[in-house]
Amino acid sequence: MSGAACLEVQGITKRFGGLIAADDVSFRVGEGEIVSIIGPNGAGKSTLFNCITGFYRPNAGRVFFRGKDITRYSAHRICKLGIARTFQIVQVISDMTVLENVMTGAYLRDYTPRVVREKAEEILRFTGLIERRDELGPDLTIADKKRLEVAMALATRPELLMLDEAMAGLTPVELRDIIALLRKVRESGVTLIIVEHVMEAVMELSDRVVVINSGRKIVEGPPAEIVRNPEVIQAYLGERYHA
Amino acid sequence: MGKFTPRQIALYVVILVALVAFPLVVKGTFPTHVMIMFFMFAMMGVAWNLLGGYAAMFSFGQAAFFGIGAYTSTILLMNYHVNPWIGLVVGGVLAALTGAAIGMPCSNLRGHYFAIASIAFAEIVRICFNNWKFVGAAEGLSLPLLPESLGNFMFHTTKVPYYYIMLAFLVLSIFICWYITVNRGGFYLRAIKESHELAKGMGISFVRYRLYAIMISAFLTAMAGTFYAQYILYLDPESVLILPISVQVVLVAMLGGAGTIMGPVIGAVILIPLSEYTRVWLGTKGTGVDMMLYGVLIMLISAYQPKGVWGLLTAIGKRAK
Repeated sequence: MSGAACLEVQGITKRFGGLIAADDVSFRVGEGEIVSIIGPNGAGKSTLFNCITGFYRPNAGRVFFRGKDITRYSAHRICKLGIARTFQIVQVISDMTVLENVMTGAYLRDYTPRVVREKAEEILRFTGLIERRDELGPDLTIADKKRLEVAMALATRPELLMLDEAMAGLTPVELRDIIALLRKVRESGVTLIIVEHVMEAVMELSDRVVVINSGRKIVEGPPAEIVRNPEVIQAYLGERYHA
Repeated sequence: MGKFTPRQIALYVVILVALVAFPLVVKGTFPTHVMIMFFMFAMMGVAWNLLGGYAAMFSFGQAAFFGIGAYTSTILLMNYHVNPWIGLVVGGVLAALTGAAIGMPCSNLRGHYFAIASIAFAEIVRICFNNWKFVGAAEGLSLPLLPESLGNFMFHTTKVPYYYIMLAFLVLSIFICWYITVNRGGFYLRAIKESHELAKGMGISFVRYRLYAIMISAFLTAMAGTFYAQYILYLDPESVLILPISVQVVLVAMLGGAGTIMGPVIGAVILIPLSEYTRVWLGTKGTGVDMMLYGVLIMLISAYQPKGVWGLLTAIGKRAK
């Protein structure tokens, strides 16, 4: 665990009617850390994610970003403060080119079209999409679309980047690439929170893992500990990581 | 988008010069009138396009803004002797504020729900004006005749000055629309059109940008309304506030190509002369024939080229290269 808290989540609870999708969940993320949130389908990972990014209003609990209470902030203000996100179902602007998509993100911090274009191109080089700059969003492969989503989020110049299943459905080679990209993102000084199903990526990337089941946090710790935790194995990992 | 090739610039210059020269070459009030109506609906189509084309707010209530513009300048002129040019600005501001007031509660509505809300709004405005004695109710208002001059925004002996004023309005609207689309606003509206979620996630306050779009669109549409009042010199709810005007505006933009800058202009150049000439050729027997022709055209275009005639032209242009 490293440094001061970038994000602190305290007792987040979110109910949908009678269903408790997130139940008193707390955790911290240090500056420059990569933290993964894992759990079986329907465990409440995305709910938690949406509570942090302002897409849902939690029924109870608080979210602090660098000591600032952002619990009641609207989603676009949270982004402006420096938390960017991607979506579980890939979202790009379909009538825009790759470059224009990234420019849309970059417009958050700059106004002059020329500057915005330069910043966007810089990010396309960083994410390895510069060759695809003039293609339309929907024409990209799944892997490139996911990469584009990361690029769009990075264009808003976040200090904390939150990825909702950015690695699902990729081939092993594509997975390598995106893991390498996320490492590069972290090296550039961005803190990362990853909601993920792909265990290989989680184990390889994360400094710490938070495990959620039925809306509750069951355990958190370094990946090596998590895979040995009996509760985790029972709830989620199954036999595969039983070793 | 945004960057023009020298060939495109040359093309636009040639078209503009031709339009400026048109009244000098073609004499006769009817062709001039048709051109004025073409410019006016092109302008309203361009204004609608900011909402419907770029931000997926399918307004079927543009007649309300048109009427607010027409009535505001006329009432200011009749009752308070305010110059119509000032009335034009006041009408635009009033329309923009009205747009903001209805846009605020509707800003969360998507697609067809926004369309329904906009129809309801425009119909409420129409019914109010139909019964409001102060604005002439159903009998309407006749504008006081002022000496002919540009300052008075009134001409009696010729339509040509109206032609140039409306052309200038259209060019201004196209410029504003183009400027918005190549800057942050245009990018943000397109993001909002794609998905509210995505827009929020990219730090875009979609309520704010949608309001901007409504206000600008309302202002430009109201400008056209003031123009229309000054041009026809008579107005009543049936001539400026009715649904067919709103529908005409939508058709112009959709046929030409929603979400493209020149699309509504192309749509207007096809539809407006069609409607004006069928009305003359077929007289009262032909009432509605123009609408039937529209219907067929719209069906064809939406089946074969959803991006409108502009999309068709650019596709042909690309193939020719």
